[in-house]
Amino acid sequence: MAPILRSTSLLALLVCQISLLFFASKLPISSGSEDSYRITGRVRIPASTVIGHAAKFSNIKVVLNGGQNVTFLRPDGYFTFHKVPAGTHLIEVYALGYFFSPVRVDVSARHRGKVQATLTETRRSLTELVLEPLRPEQYYEMREPFNVMAIVKSPMGLMVGFMVVVVFLMPKLMENIDPEEMKSAQEQMRSQGVPSLSSLLPASR
Amino acid sequence: MAMAIRVFLLLLIFLSSAIVSFSLYEDQVGLMDWHQRYIGKVKHAVFHTQKTGRKRVIVSTEENVVASLDLRLGEIFWRHVLGTKDAIDGVDIALGKYVITLSSEGTTLRAWNLPDGQMVWETSLHSAQHSKSLLSVPTNLKVDKDYPIIVFGGGYLHAVSAIDGEVLWKKDFTEEGFEIQRVLQPPGSSIIYVLGFLNSSEAVVYQIDSKSGEVVAQKSMVFPGGFSGEISSVSNDKVVVLDSTRSILVTIGFLDGDISFQKTQISDIVEDSGKAEILSPLLSNMLAVKVNKRTIFVRVGGEGKLEVVDSLSDEIAMSDSLPVADDQEAFASVHHEGSKIHLMVKLVNDLDTVLLRESIQMDQHRGRVHKVFINNYIRTDRTNGFRALIVMEDHSLLLLQQGAIVWSREEGLASVTDVTTVELPVAKDGVSVAKVEHTLLEWLKGHMLKLKGSLLLASPEEVVAIQELRLKSSGKNKLTRDHNGFRKLILALTRAGKLFALHTGDGRIVWSMLLNSPSKSEACERPNGINLYQWQVPHHHAMDKNPSVLVVGRCGSDSSAPGVLSFVDVYTGKELSSSDIGHSVVQVMPLPFTDSTEQRLHLIADTDGHVHLYPKTSEALSIFQREFQNVYWYTVGADDGIIRGHAMKSSCSGETADEYCFSTRELWTVVFPSESEKIISTLTRKPNEVVHTQAKVNTDQDLLYKYVSKNLLFVATVSPKGAGEIGSVTPEESSLVVYLIDTITGRILHRLSHQGCQGPVHAVFSENWVVYHYFNLRAHKYEVTVVEIYDQSRAENKNVWKLILGKHNLTAPITSYSRPEVLTKSQSYFFAQSVKTIAVTSTTKGITSKQLLIGTIGDQILALDKRFVDPRRTLNPSQAEKEEGIIPLTDSLPIIPQSYVTHSLKVEGLRGIVAAPTKLESTTHVFAYGVDLFYTRLAPSKTYDSLTDDFSYALLLITIVALVAAIYITWVLSEKKELSEKWR
Repeated sequence: MAPILRSTSLLALLVCQISLLFFASKLPISSGSEDSYRITGRVRIPASTVIGHAAKFSNIKVVLNGGQNVTFLRPDGYFTFHKVPAGTHLIEVYALGYFFSPVRVDVSARHRGKVQATLTETRRSLTELVLEPLRPEQYYEMREPFNVMAIVKSPMGLMVGFMVVVVFLMPKLMENIDPEEMKSAQEQMRSQGVPSLSSLLPASR
Repeated sequence: MAMAIRVFLLLLIFLSSAIVSFSLYEDQVGLMDWHQRYIGKVKHAVFHTQKTGRKRVIVSTEENVVASLDLRLGEIFWRHVLGTKDAIDGVDIALGKYVITLSSEGTTLRAWNLPDGQMVWETSLHSAQHSKSLLSVPTNLKVDKDYPIIVFGGGYLHAVSAIDGEVLWKKDFTEEGFEIQRVLQPPGSSIIYVLGFLNSSEAVVYQIDSKSGEVVAQKSMVFPGGFSGEISSVSNDKVVVLDSTRSILVTIGFLDGDISFQKTQISDIVEDSGKAEILSPLLSNMLAVKVNKRTIFVRVGGEGKLEVVDSLSDEIAMSDSLPVADDQEAFASVHHEGSKIHLMVKLVNDLDTVLLRESIQMDQHRGRVHKVFINNYIRTDRTNGFRALIVMEDHSLLLLQQGAIVWSREEGLASVTDVTTVELPVAKDGVSVAKVEHTLLEWLKGHMLKLKGSLLLASPEEVVAIQELRLKSSGKNKLTRDHNGFRKLILALTRAGKLFALHTGDGRIVWSMLLNSPSKSEACERPNGINLYQWQVPHHHAMDKNPSVLVVGRCGSDSSAPGVLSFVDVYTGKELSSSDIGHSVVQVMPLPFTDSTEQRLHLIADTDGHVHLYPKTSEALSIFQREFQNVYWYTVGADDGIIRGHAMKSSCSGETADEYCFSTRELWTVVFPSESEKIISTLTRKPNEVVHTQAKVNTDQDLLYKYVSKNLLFVATVSPKGAGEIGSVTPEESSLVVYLIDTITGRILHRLSHQGCQGPVHAVFSENWVVYHYFNLRAHKYEVTVVEIYDQSRAENKNVWKLILGKHNLTAPITSYSRPEVLTKSQSYFFAQSVKTIAVTSTTKGITSKQLLIGTIGDQILALDKRFVDPRRTLNPSQAEKEEGIIPLTDSLPIIPQSYVTHSLKVEGLRGIVAAPTKLESTTHVFAYGVDLFYTRLAPSKTYDSLTDDFSYALLLITIVALVAAIYITWVLSEKKELSEKWR
C-alpha cells in the first residue's frame, strides 16, 4: 500500500555500498568457535547543552539490535560491543534530552570485521563511528515570559487594541474638529437624545 | 463613559494574560503524574560504610539492576538497569572506589565509579561453555602495583586489573571439563588456591601464581561417590562438600598443596537423618546444614572433625559471618514468630554469646525472610552495633537497626505482572473523608498566589509555595470516588504474589496483600500471581457489596501446575475467599454474563482441554447453559504454528468431574506452514473497549462502516530464520506476514505480507484498526503499519430513502457465520526508534480521538495521534481533506519531544502500559510499569469538557467584583454628568 516508501530503501542500500569508508575496528584477540567481532564507537555531545539537561554520560545507554545488547559509556564517551557476528546491525543511543539517529552498522566477514556505518535517519555515512545527537529534545513547553507583544498579537489583544484606539484616540480626533461644528453636532445629538448609561439602568428612573 | 471603558480595558488586559495552557510546562510536573523508582528483589548486597561521609549499600537485583542506596534513608544514589539478558552474577567493591559487577554468565565485567555510578571500564571475557560463574575480589592481593580481580566463567579463569580492566592473564580450563567452586587466597601470599570438581567426582586443587597465572602445583583426588555440587568454604584451607547421595559431608583440606578427604556420615552427627542441604551463608569454621527442615550448625574442627553445635527447628534466614573485634566473627539469623521477626547476632565461635537480640514488629504481612545481610559499626561506647538489611518474601527490602525498621522499600512493585483499575468507594453523607477546604480567606490567598505565579510576578519563595499548594491540592488524594473519575485505585499484581492498591492521586499504597495458599500444603507455600480479573463490579444490583477482583495464581512455574483462585475485596484489601481449584490454568476467559449479585462468569481452560465454570453456583450454571451454544474460544499453539477454534461439547465425563466442568470440541484450525512461518505475536481487541460510532464519514460525504468485531485475532508470523535478532538474517531470507482471523469461524479476513521484514512485532488493536511495529531489513529501519477494516456488506446503506423506506439491512442480525465482505486500507511509515510495547488511550464513550502510547526502548512513552497513522493520508490532501484534519503523507512518523508523556523521566525496564477511562470523556488514565512505575492523566484532544486545574477562580471572582464596582462608579459618574448637563 505504500510503494513510495519502498523505493527509498534501495537508495539507502546503494549509498551504503558506494560509501566504502571504513574505520578502524580491532579484531578480537582470539575468536571463539564462531567469527565474532567488536564494534567500538564513541558518543559525543556538544558542549553547549540545553538548559536543564546536563550531559551526563552515566545516564546514556547504547543499544544493539533493539535490545539484544545494552552497554554504557566510559568517561571518555567510548563504548564497545563485544562478540558481534558479521552482518548488518543497528545501534541506537538513548540519552535524555537528545535525539540520536539509529545507525546501521555493517560488519564485514570478508574484511575481518571491518565496520561501515550509516545514519538511517539522514542516510549520511560515517567515516568513523562517532555518534552525535541530531537535535536536542526539549520535553516541556517553555513558559513565555510576560510579554506585551504576545498579548497584543492575540485575538483578545487585538480587540483590546481596537478599543484603546476608539477610547483614547477618538477624543483626540474630536478635538481637532472645529468647535463650532462640534457644538452643532452635539446640539443635533441632544435633540435626538443620546442614550446614556444612567438611563439604561433601571435605578436611574 | 470613557472612564468605564478604560476600566473595562484594564480588566481585559488582566484577563488575557492568564493564558490557558494545554501542553505540559515544567512547573506542571507532578500535578497529574507520579513516578516511583524501584530496583527489584535484591540478590547481593555489599556495604560501604568504612569511610566517614555517605554510608551506602551496593545491591544487585533480579531485575538486572545494580544500584547504590543511601543507608540512612533507603534512597537511590544511582542505579543502572542492565540489558534483559545481562543477569548479574556477582557484585563487589574493589579498591574502595569501584563497584565491580560480573554479568552474562561471567562474561562481562564492569567497574562503576562508587560515588556517581559512571562506568569506568568494561571488559568482555572469553567463554566457551555455560558454567556457573564466580567473582572474587581479593582484598590484599597486590601484583606489581595492580590489584587483580579473579573471575571464573565459561570455562576460563581470568585475572583482571581492578584499575583499568585489562586482562592480566587467563587460564583455560575448558578442555578438562573443570568447574571451579572456590577461589581462596591465603593472606600474605601471592599463591591463589583454586578448587574445583572434575566431572563432579574428582576434586582438583590448583595453586596458581597470581602474577603470571602459571600453575605452580596441582593435586587431584578421586572421590568415588561423586559430589552433589553444594559447597561451603569454612576457612582458608578447608571446604566442606556434600556427596551425591546427600548423606555424607566431605571435608576437603588442602593445606600446603596436599588434599585430604574426611568423610562424615550425617546420620552419625545428627539423629534424624535425611536428605541434607548445605545452606549458602559462609560462616568461619562452621557450616549450616538443613536436614529434615531443621537447621543444624556444624563446627569444623582443626583436623576436619565435624561436631554439631546447635540445631534449630525454626525456619531461619542467616547472613554470612563478618569479623568483629578480637578476631571473632559474628553472623545474624532471623526467624519469624507471628507478626514479629526476631533478629539475633551471635558469635560464630560461641553460639551462646548473643551480641544482639531484637524483636521487630512488622507493619504488614511480608512473608518469610529470604535473605539477610549484616554490617557492623562501632558505637560511641566502643561496642559493636549491627544493622541488618533483610529481603522478605514479597521482595521488599528493609533495614533494621536498633530494634526498628529504619526504612523499607516495596521492591515487589518492580515486577508487576498484571494491572487493573477499580473504583473507590462513594463518599457517604456525614462522613467527612478529608478536611474541607480550609477557610475562604485561605482559599482566596492560595488563588492570589497562583494568580501572581501565572503573571510571573511571584518571588522564588512564592513559587515554591505555589508548587507545594498545587502538589497537595486538597481533593486529589481523597479515598472516595470523585465526579470526574480521576481518583481510582490501580491494582497491581506482582511476581511475588502480592497485590498492591495504588492511589492515582499520588501513587501511595492504599493497601497491599500477600496471597496465601489456600491449602497449607508442602508443594504450594506461596502461589505465583498470574492474572487479575474484575470479579464483581456492583453498579445496578447488589450495591451494598464491595467490588472484588479475582486473582489467578499457580503453584509453581510449570503451566500444568495446579491453579489457585483468590477473591479480594477492593475497598478493604481483605481476601474474601481462596480456593485450590485442583486443575491447571491455561487460559481464563471472562464471559459477558453476570449473575444476580453481579459476579462475572469466568471460564478457565486446563491442559486437558476441559473448561471449568466459575463461580460454582447453580445460578451461574443456568445462565451458562442458556448460552451454551454461543460460547467459543480459541487457542494459539505458537510452537507448532496452529490456531484452533473450540466450542462447548458436553459435560465432563470421568469420576473427578463435577457439573461445572465441560468438554470441548475443535471447530476449526488454521495451520501455518512450519517451514516458512512462525507465529511471533497474537493480539485481540480489549473486551471492554467502547466504540462510539460504527460509521465513518469521508470528505466526499461518503459513508464507510467500520468492521467492529470482538472476535478478530491479529496474528503475525515470520520466516523461522527471521525469528532471531536483527542482524542475523539478510532481507531475502525473512518475510513478515500478518493475518486477521475471525475466531468464531476461523476465516482469514485479511492477509498482508511484508517481504524483507522481521520481528519483533509490537501491535495494538482497537476499534477497527491494528497498528504494528516491525523491522524493515531492506531499509534497515523500523516501520509502523496501520490496517483499517471496513464492512462492505453494509456499504449500500448510504441512501437516506432506503433508510426511510426500511430497505436497509441495518436491522439484520450481525453474525460471524455470514461471510463478511471487508475492505481493508493500510499504509506504512518509518519510525526512528525501537519499541518495547504499544498501547492506546481509551475513554468512557470512545468519542475522543485516540492516541497511540508507544513505549520506546529508551524507556519513555511517546503519545502519537492516531491521525498520523491514518491510511487516508496522501501526499497532497485536497482542501476538504485538510479541513477534516488529514495530515499530508510523510515517509516517517514524527517524534515530537513535547509529546513524550513521561517528559524528562524514564520508566526503567518498561514492560507494559495500561490505559483506563475516567468518567470525563476527554481524559484517560495512563499507567506504565517496569522496574519503575509511572502514572499520568492524558487528554488526547485537550480537556474540552472541563476547566484545567490551573484555572484561576480568584481571577474570575476579582473580575466580577471589579466589573460590578466599575459599573456602580460609572453609573454614579454618569448620573452626575447628566445632572450637570441638565443644569446647563
